[in-house]
Amino acid sequence: MSHLLEVRDLEVKFALRSGDITAIDGASFTLDPGERMGLVGESGAGKSVTGFAIINLISKPGFISRGSIHFEGNEISAYSPARMRRIRGNRISMIFQDPMMTLNPVYTIGFQMIETLQAHRNISKAQARAIALDKLQKVYIPSPEKRLSQYPHELSGGMRQRIIIAISLLADPAIIIADEPTTALDVTIQAEIMDLLQELCENEKMGLILITHDLGVVSQVTEKIAVMYAGKIIEYGPTETVVHHPVHPYTIGLIGSIPGTIEPGKDLKQIPGMMPTLTNIPPGCAFNPRCELAAEICTQKTPVLEEKQNGIMAACHMK
Amino acid sequence: MFAFIIRRILQAVVVMLVISLVVFAIQKEFGDPVRDLVGERVTPEERQQIADKMGLNDPFFFQYARFVKNAVTKGDLGRSFLYNKPNLEVIINHAPATIELVLGTALIIMVLSLPLGVYCALKPRSWLSRFTMSFSTLGVSMPVFLTAILLIYLFAVHWRILPSYGRGETVDLFGNGIWMTGLLTIDGLKHLILPCISLSTLMLPLFIRLIRSEMMEVLETEYIKYAWAKGLSPRRVWLVHAFKNTLLPVITVFGVQIGIMFAFTLLTELVFQWPGMGFMFLEAVNRADLSLLIAYLVVVAALFVVVNTVVDILYGFINPTVRIAGTK
Repeated sequence: MSHLLEVRDLEVKFALRSGDITAIDGASFTLDPGERMGLVGESGAGKSVTGFAIINLISKPGFISRGSIHFEGNEISAYSPARMRRIRGNRISMIFQDPMMTLNPVYTIGFQMIETLQAHRNISKAQARAIALDKLQKVYIPSPEKRLSQYPHELSGGMRQRIIIAISLLADPAIIIADEPTTALDVTIQAEIMDLLQELCENEKMGLILITHDLGVVSQVTEKIAVMYAGKIIEYGPTETVVHHPVHPYTIGLIGSIPGTIEPGKDLKQIPGMMPTLTNIPPGCAFNPRCELAAEICTQKTPVLEEKQNGIMAACHMK
Repeated sequence: MFAFIIRRILQAVVVMLVISLVVFAIQKEFGDPVRDLVGERVTPEERQQIADKMGLNDPFFFQYARFVKNAVTKGDLGRSFLYNKPNLEVIINHAPATIELVLGTALIIMVLSLPLGVYCALKPRSWLSRFTMSFSTLGVSMPVFLTAILLIYLFAVHWRILPSYGRGETVDLFGNGIWMTGLLTIDGLKHLILPCISLSTLMLPLFIRLIRSEMMEVLETEYIKYAWAKGLSPRRVWLVHAFKNTLLPVITVFGVQIGIMFAFTLLTELVFQWPGMGFMFLEAVNRADLSLLIAYLVVVAALFVVVNTVVDILYGFINPTVRIAGTK
């Protein structure tokens, strides 16, 4: 029990006027130093909320209602705001989805980098600047010196995402949580950013939680996968095994729908129906209305995540 | 940045030209300078001669060019028969009172609206925020003269702690008799308090609401969420990251509103017998001194344009994206 990060039975609820709704329902996973994990699922499955819950930055009216988040030997889910701040951007960094919206438009890149370092370390501006330059070089930004005095709107989307990665590296964190880091970028830039993230994590021995709906990306970059559906982790295991021998019917459907996993000329598979909204989750297994294998038990009893085969954990009655 | 400033000033000049053209056209249409000068008992032939001599029969744009030239080179905006002095001199004598009134009001608005607006955005459910928001609705819906009369009743008549009318004791600011200021004497400042408060009730609620809603919007943005994710303190997220972005639209509105306020001093000046430009304007209307009215319009327009230009340039300093657009 010496994982870098251990999330156990995490439950996140949103307090609405009509009552609380559950966005994440008992998610558990671990991350070791330097390990890269993919958090996969459709929009609204709870991937991003899981990411934000780790650094306790869920948008209101969301809150962690149950479960534990163990990080570097401490239970951080109950940390005070002041103690939590010392983890955010310092031990655990985040990369957001849209680099065009993430940087503050009225401050220079240098300002936004230096303030981050000075928030966590007692160092001078000049020292912080030197570290910022070093990190900009690490993410292969051309003429980093010049970038420090530039404003976000003077840079392209890909460049901005590199800068955000550089910001996330500033304090040498143990974990980077990347929330769909390439969704807003061109396909060519996407590959570059992903390669960069993978390289940095390997070189700096950083853990990575990659939140995405793109199974292709996950299979290239990560070592293990957690697949989320309607707020639950329904399959969890080594990337290799999950991609080639998935267990849960939902994961099978997801992988079947990727172009390139199927013989050319054949139709791509589709999962019929839509993921239920959080206010309208069916009883039993949330996937049962869309599942080919669904039997009576699936509508009555909620399956638990348990070891199935090849080291994969899955939540399914039929396997 | 330099190119941006030059461009902005050129724009201001164009605006002034358009305004002066409109004003000049009004004067041509409604005024009769010959009658103003010699009265009714002159033969039509003599009138024609005088009009010729004054250049009133020249082509319209020729006359307009002369009007602009006189205004720019000699500061000549015509003559007021009411005061029997050049219009510009009359206005300049009345301007300091109005300018000080507007400055005082602007100061009150800034000092109160910024902290209150930010506070209401950060703690929308607190007791003080709710009170401020409901009180500001009241302020917006009360007409200025009513507020002014209420203030006079309370502070001047009932409690007798503040004077009710006039500027009080003034001193000569530059020693040349142009700018008589009330800002440097205790009595002058006392006289300034009630008019400034009553004038500010009009715009203060607007600004509190504007700052509050802008700030709330900014707090929802991704870059603020990112600032939290970087581990910055609440103080820094709110006052450094959110506040500057909140200010951008507020500054623009502030500039326009300060300009508008020069026109809104009318009522306040009337109630408090404040010897400013608004008071002068009302007198000119009463006595049908068209020449002075026209000059007043030009001067107020100029003030408006100058204030807005200064604000826009200031805005360019704060918002980097504007500067880029200006240099290209």
